[in-house]
Amino acid sequence: MVPGTGDSCVFLRLLPAAALLVLPVAAARAADPPLELTIKDHAFAPAELRVKAGQPVVLHIRNEDATAEEFDSASLKVEKVIPAHGEATVRIRPLKPGTYKFEGEYHEDTAQGTLVAE
Amino acid sequence: MLAALVIVFREVIEAGLIVGIVLAATRGVTGRGRVVAAGVGGGVLGACLLAAFAGELSALFAGAGQEVFNAAVLLAAVAMLTWHNVWMAGHGRSMARELRAAGTAVVAGERPPAALAVVVGIAVLREGSEVVLFLYGVLAGGTSAAALATGGVLGVAAGAAVAAMMYYGLLAIPAARLFQATGWLITLLAAGMAATAVAFLQQGGFAQVMQAPLWDTSWLLADGSIPGRLAHALVGYTDQPDGLQLLAWAATVALIWTMTRAVARRARPAGPATRPAAGAVGAAGGRGPAAGSAAAE
Repeated sequence: MVPGTGDSCVFLRLLPAAALLVLPVAAARAADPPLELTIKDHAFAPAELRVKAGQPVVLHIRNEDATAEEFDSASLKVEKVIPAHGEATVRIRPLKPGTYKFEGEYHEDTAQGTLVAE
Repeated sequence: MLAALVIVFREVIEAGLIVGIVLAATRGVTGRGRVVAAGVGGGVLGACLLAAFAGELSALFAGAGQEVFNAAVLLAAVAMLTWHNVWMAGHGRSMARELRAAGTAVVAGERPPAALAVVVGIAVLREGSEVVLFLYGVLAGGTSAAALATGGVLGVAAGAAVAAMMYYGLLAIPAARLFQATGWLITLLAAGMAATAVAFLQQGGFAQVMQAPLWDTSWLLADGSIPGRLAHALVGYTDQPDGLQLLAWAATVALIWTMTRAVARRARPAGPATRPAAGAVGAAGGRGPAAGSAAAE
């Protein structure tokens, strides 16, 4: 038996097709000025953010703590690590009106916040 | 301690499921233990490096470094899973036959599944880096660090238990059908990863098209819950998928299905020596396991 040769040929031939299907096209980035959010002593400031519904939202998060935090929200579909003394940009898809919770996954007791889209 | 256990378990669970599936999918392959262990080891090492350079990574690509990195490693894993299934389409039939003949004995002469080691490594790397950052934060914080660290270790152990459950659960499947089942699991795993990669690209500000959620099933199975996470890890479930994520998911399933089918069709007449036995497997197992994921219509 000669393993492999035929299979990998087919695979290599189909690979560009795979790339085309899986790789999405780059699109324009959101233009609105980012909302500022600060993490200090494992808590968010401000703890409540207000945004316009139906528009993409950009959050600019600064972590002033000495340990990393993970900005996490199941309802906003965001998971992002913010390094110690670091900052991160979080892009959120256009939202329907409503209240969305977010939290710092590493300090869930204190790092809680909400984002209100209206 | 309980909080640490829950958080670590939540992160480890996905990697645990993937390791369990990979171990089952490579049953009977020579040297697979070493290869999978290398994947886990490499992943842990990579996770520590990733955690150490989290700041530098974040700053790349105009702040979208994490997203680009996550999407890139996920797409690499999709490619490896695809490769594995296509390879199995050509070899799964003879492997299943030998497995049934030899019981649990190792099948000789098959190539080690290096592609799946990469998949294991990537899974451990992605989830592990978050665990490392969390535990590092706990230790740096000082407050009841010992208890929290104990929770962390227990969380990792619980993740390993999930891997074991997945593995032994899959081993209950008869050999003739095992590779068919793992073929489908790996196809769905790959599709889920492709959709998650798209989600990361969108979060990073790329590919922001077809972003409106198609439906919302969070009332039934929420992304944040443990069952939701399990479903996400296994088949890429998300409670509010958007158009592009669904497209990536469906395209990946279609692609792997088409490729494995094509290879399985070519592999059948290629080896005249294996034909009688292959016929026997076909008769015993119904849809032949050689076709892997492609076998089920």
